[in-house]
Amino acid sequence: MPVIVRGNGKTWQKRASARQWSIWFGWLLLAALTVYCWQVMTKDTIWAFVQDAPRQAADLASRMVPPRWSYIDKLLWPLWDTINIATLGTLLGILFAVPVAFMAARNTTPSRTLVRPVALFIIVASRSINSLIWALLLVAVIGPGVLAGILAIGFRSIGFVAKLLYEAIEEIDETQVEAISATGASRAQIIDYAIVPQVLPAFCGISVFRWDINIRESTILGLVGAGGIGLQLQASLNVLAWPQVTLIFLVILATVFVSEWVSAKVRQAII
Amino acid sequence: MLSVRNLTKTYRTGDEALKGVSFDVEPGQLVGLIGPSGAGKSTLIRCVNRLVEPTGGSIFLGNEELTRLSGSRLRAARRRIGMIFQEYALVERLSVMENVLSGRLGYVSFWRSFTRRFPQADVDKAFSLLERVGLTDHADKRADALSGGQRQRVGIARALEQDPELLLIDEPTASLDPKTSRQIMRLIQDICAERNLPAIINIHDVLLAQAFTRRIIGLQAGEVVFDGPPEELDDAALTRIYGEEDWTTMRTAKPGDEESGEHDEEERMAGLA
Repeated sequence: MPVIVRGNGKTWQKRASARQWSIWFGWLLLAALTVYCWQVMTKDTIWAFVQDAPRQAADLASRMVPPRWSYIDKLLWPLWDTINIATLGTLLGILFAVPVAFMAARNTTPSRTLVRPVALFIIVASRSINSLIWALLLVAVIGPGVLAGILAIGFRSIGFVAKLLYEAIEEIDETQVEAISATGASRAQIIDYAIVPQVLPAFCGISVFRWDINIRESTILGLVGAGGIGLQLQASLNVLAWPQVTLIFLVILATVFVSEWVSAKVRQAII
Repeated sequence: MLSVRNLTKTYRTGDEALKGVSFDVEPGQLVGLIGPSGAGKSTLIRCVNRLVEPTGGSIFLGNEELTRLSGSRLRAARRRIGMIFQEYALVERLSVMENVLSGRLGYVSFWRSFTRRFPQADVDKAFSLLERVGLTDHADKRADALSGGQRQRVGIARALEQDPELLLIDEPTASLDPKTSRQIMRLIQDICAERNLPAIINIHDVLLAQAFTRRIIGLQAGEVVFDGPPEELDDAALTRIYGEEDWTTMRTAKPGDEESGEHDEEERMAGLA
C-alpha cells in the first residue's frame, strides 16, 4: 500500500515497507555471496606471483617493442586470406540464414509444429558453438586451410543472422501483409511485396554487423590451423618472437578499425 | 451482387463478433456500415475477402460462394474485391507505382512481379488511375514520402488497379483531417458512380456516412439493428446502435458549418506561418 493516510494528510512512497525490507535483505544476501565467492576464487592464488605481476608485464612489454616492421612482408598474404575468410564466410552464412529465418518466423513459417522447431534448432546449434570450435572440428574433418576457416565462419554466422532476421520478420507491420493478401497475391508474392521491403534495412544492417564481427573472429582461426593471420601469430608465439607478435597485434588492430569504419558507413547509408 | 447470409464469427477467445448478419448489396450501391467500436464492423468486411475466416453462414459474390473457396480459387476471388484500409496499409518502402501495381499481383506470375515487369496494359492502367486520383507527378516517390490524404489516394488507386467488382473500405477517413476526409469520401463516391461499383464503407463518422452514402447499416454487438436510407437514421435508431446519448448536439454541427470552420482554421495556420 504505497499510499498511507497519516492524520489528515496522505503520504506516498513507491513501495510498501515489507517490500522495502525484502529488497534491502536481497542486497545484503548479494553482498555476502560476493564476499564468499571472492574467497573461493582466490584460494589457489599464489600471491607472490601477483605481487610480481607488474615487473613481469614490464619485462614482456620491453621485449615486445619495437615491433619488427620487416616482418610485414610475411603478413600481407595471410591478412588477405583473413579478410577473404570473413567475407566469404559471411556470404555463406547469409545464404543459409535467409531461408532458415523465414522458416523460423511465426508469421512466415510453412508449419509451426514441424518446420519452425527444426529452424530454431539450426539457429541454436549454430549459435551455441563458437567459431574457433567450429574451426577445430572442421580442420579435423576437411584438413587445415582457408576452406575450413570459411566454413567455420559461415556455420557460426547462420545462427546469428537467422536469429536477428527472424525477429525482424516477426516485428513487421501486418496490415501491409493484409493489404497485399487482399489483392489475391500468392504466398511468394506476399513475401516479395509486403515482407521483404519491411525487413530489408534490418537485413543489411545485420549482415554488415556480422561481417564486422567475422573479421575479428577470423584473425584467431589460424591458431587451430584454419588459415589466415592467426597461423603467423601462433608460429611467432611458439618461438617467443615477441616483436613479431606486436606487429601482428598492430595489423589486426588496424584491420578491425577499418572494418568498423566500413560497417558504420554502410549502416549509415541504409538508414 | 453481394449477398451475406446469416454470417457468424466467434473468435478463439470466445468473443462473438458476428451473430447471424444478413444483407444484400446491389450493383453500384454505396453502403455505410456504422456502429460502436467492437460491434464487428472490421470483422464483417474482413470476412467478405476472407482475411478473417467466418465461423458460419455464407457470402455470395455474384454466383460464387466465397465462403467455400480455398487456395488458388480464393486468390482468384480476392482479385475481384478491392480493399482500402484505415492506415492506408501501403508498403511504405516501395514506390507509389509499385504500390499501385501490387493491385495486379493476383493476375501476374511470381517471376513477372518479382522482376517488376508488369504487362504494359497494367502500367497504362496504373498511370491513368494515378491521374484520376491526382497523383501523376508522384509515381516515382516512395510511399512514405506522401501525406496522409495522398497515401489514401494511392490506396484507392491500388484497389481500383485490381478491376474490382466490389470495394471493401475500412475506416477510410479515420487518420485524416476533416477536409481531407470529405475529399476522400467524395472521390470514393464519384469513382463508385463512374464504374457502377458497389462498396461497403466502415465508418465512425455518422455525419460523413449520411452525407456520402445512400444506405446505412447499423451494427451493434454483432447484429444488424438498422438498415435503411440515411434520412431514416433518427435519434431512436442512433440510440439503438450506439446506446443512450444526446444526439441533437451532434446534429447542430452541420456539414456546411464544418467546412467553413476548416477554412478559418486554414487562414489561421497561414497567419502563423
